[in-house]
Amino acid sequence: MQVTLKVMRYDPNKAAKPGWVSYQVEAEPMDRVLDLLHKVKYFQDGTLAFRRSCGHGICGSDAMLINGKNQLACKALVKDLTKKAGDTITVEPLRGLPVKKDLVVDMDPFFDAYRAVKPYLINDEPPPDRERLQSPEDRARFDASTKCILCAACTTSCPVFWVNGSYIGPAAIVQAHRFIFDSRDRGARERFQALAASTGVWRCRTAYNCTEACPREIPVTQAIEEVKRAILYDKF
Amino acid sequence: MAHQHDVIVIGAGGSGLTAALYAAKQGVDVAVISKLYPTRSHTGAAQGGIGAALGNVEEDHWEWHMFDTIKGGDYLTDQDAAEIFAKEVIEAVLELEHMGLPFDRLPNGRIAQRRFGGHTKEYGKAAVHRAAHAADRTGHMILQTLYQQCVKHNLTFYNEFHVTDVIIEDNVAKGVVAYELATGELHTFQAKAIVIASGGYGRAWKVTSNAFTLTGDLQAILYRKGLPLEDMEFYQFHPTGLFPLGILLTEGARGEGGILRNDSGERFMERYAPTIKDLAPRDMVARAMYLEVREGRGVGPRKDHVLLDLTHLPAETIHKKLPDISEFAWIYQGVDPTKQPVPVMPTAHYAMGGIPTTLSGEVIADDKNTLIAGLYAAGEVACVSLHGANRLGTNSLGDLVVFGRRAGTAAAKFAKSAELHDLSPDASGESRERLERVRNSSGKESVAALRAELQQAMQDYASVFRTEELLAKGVEAVAELQERYKNIGVQDKGERYNTELVEAMELGYLLEVSEATVHSCLNRKESRGAHAREDYPERDDKNWLKHSLVYRKNGKVDFMYKPVVLGKFEPKARTY
Repeated sequence: MQVTLKVMRYDPNKAAKPGWVSYQVEAEPMDRVLDLLHKVKYFQDGTLAFRRSCGHGICGSDAMLINGKNQLACKALVKDLTKKAGDTITVEPLRGLPVKKDLVVDMDPFFDAYRAVKPYLINDEPPPDRERLQSPEDRARFDASTKCILCAACTTSCPVFWVNGSYIGPAAIVQAHRFIFDSRDRGARERFQALAASTGVWRCRTAYNCTEACPREIPVTQAIEEVKRAILYDKF
Repeated sequence: MAHQHDVIVIGAGGSGLTAALYAAKQGVDVAVISKLYPTRSHTGAAQGGIGAALGNVEEDHWEWHMFDTIKGGDYLTDQDAAEIFAKEVIEAVLELEHMGLPFDRLPNGRIAQRRFGGHTKEYGKAAVHRAAHAADRTGHMILQTLYQQCVKHNLTFYNEFHVTDVIIEDNVAKGVVAYELATGELHTFQAKAIVIASGGYGRAWKVTSNAFTLTGDLQAILYRKGLPLEDMEFYQFHPTGLFPLGILLTEGARGEGGILRNDSGERFMERYAPTIKDLAPRDMVARAMYLEVREGRGVGPRKDHVLLDLTHLPAETIHKKLPDISEFAWIYQGVDPTKQPVPVMPTAHYAMGGIPTTLSGEVIADDKNTLIAGLYAAGEVACVSLHGANRLGTNSLGDLVVFGRRAGTAAAKFAKSAELHDLSPDASGESRERLERVRNSSGKESVAALRAELQQAMQDYASVFRTEELLAKGVEAVAELQERYKNIGVQDKGERYNTELVEAMELGYLLEVSEATVHSCLNRKESRGAHAREDYPERDDKNWLKHSLVYRKNGKVDFMYKPVVLGKFEPKARTY
């Protein structure tokens, strides 16, 4: 069937402002939006720019705003976005990050926030000869936050982040959660500096957009709440 | 723009990040050049586990792992590489845990391990629990953990930079040229040592588990210079690609008890590998699946695939241990693996062959082990040769960390006693000329159409089963596509995020590595591991127990050979 793919396009070298461009594309119900973007790029307009790599939802390259919701283009299927032939699917770049070209946004502010929470195991005790021991229960405590693929779908769905880009955002807090609740980690307090700052967790207004946007089904808002409580009742 | 670093690492997947961390430990200045943001690298797609004889679940020994690797590689594995690997991967896994990798745990707190194809106890008696895992996202956790360490140690990254050339003069590596996607600018990097860790080239085939970005760039860049590629005829097809897309479904699914079935519901692997059945090595399982389909026992309206059955496993096992592949089956096929079997067929997955290296990752220039000073390679791009004619599941992740460490350390030590080399003023000239030619091209051929034709040709002519006739067609098809590539046209003439230009360059690389592959397949007249010649169905140790080195000189493809490093384990018939 034919669908209309309406893409928000922008090349700062060519135009002052972004604008919509519509493409008629032949689509199968099981096609990914990524397939449609490829069809446009390969057979209609080679200048269309977007990121992608793995094509099945684990590399985090192709998060974008699809029909008004943050999704991975490789996990969003035509059958779930259209009701009938001729329907329109809209595609826009993630909000809140500077657009570099078409669907490509500047990821540097996102990764700066990631780095601010010290996203690595902190433990200066000399490790044992074998593995550090961890019970399956302790391992399960932070399992969900290990799924994060740093796609930025959560952070760029957050209304607080849209208004104030200095907010470190849900993704960085999920990364902090992954370590704060790891029984092997000793760095919670170091991370609290960034997390409790005016740009940290207290900015969160529990809008739940992040949880809805996460393509990995991480309970992001819950993770943020757990980090807030960890700071309040500092047991570390 | 010009840059200088002691060590440059090309690629930010598992082997690149490991090499970078280990080079940095030696106190030298390291930078990583990646065509992606590092966490997008395809190591993150690896699922099932990393094999190491930790013995956490049951008795295990590195000697057993070494033997399995050699037998799995159909005795083309260099036995010195396998010995080093089986010993060092134990320490490497423990080190990943110390870095913070969240492995699944046993009730006693130790790292959990599962069964995997071809991994056995007591030299083949039964399957063994050897694959240390983190659900079915072990590669994701390895990539994340290594990148976290790079953040901790504040390593320098050049993200979304595409390497277009490695500058080598008189067998000395002097630097790298790279294209910055954001700006279209060409950069030159002077370096004392260079580690190539840029991954494989699965996108040469139509059905593949590989990312769009795996296009063999660095294999092709060296091959263009007349340098050899080793054992390119050995390409692995992973048995359980989700049909028809080819998305990887981990062998860990069979490690947890999953069974392959044909149209009558028969567990057909019992006929092909009576001892370890569904956990036979990948080449054998992939061939068995093809034969089932060919003999009319396939499933579906076209009888063109088989089924991976997990429905007899407890739903909790599937949800906890195989959550990602369950999601893939659901999203891309609408199948819930707890209730229905999943349609599968083999998918192009992994290059056993690549840039020949020593055990320290030094790049070899010929059949006499002449080295290119300052040039190293590790991971899938390299051929050390650990995997021989067929890689065992989990051994790629082990390879990344074991040989990534060795290459990174060796490169840093070399850099400490080396000087930066002057680059000629026009060091980037060849890259610039090539890029501008593509950018300004206005021919009639479409890059997307040519790529699709190449992928179809490789699928038809150089897949699981091969014959002289098919491969000759493959050689011809690739040559014709190379001619037509000269007449491509690119619409995007811009400097900013010109991904069309980059994809056109990548097609050029794919054509080169495909040429090396089909010629290597045609050349090897025996069946061994993943290279199954129906016209030469037997392994021929008398004539072919040797590594092939394909190279191109004056436009003509030719071969050199290297002996296999034998040792403790005599080549024997390979039954499971």
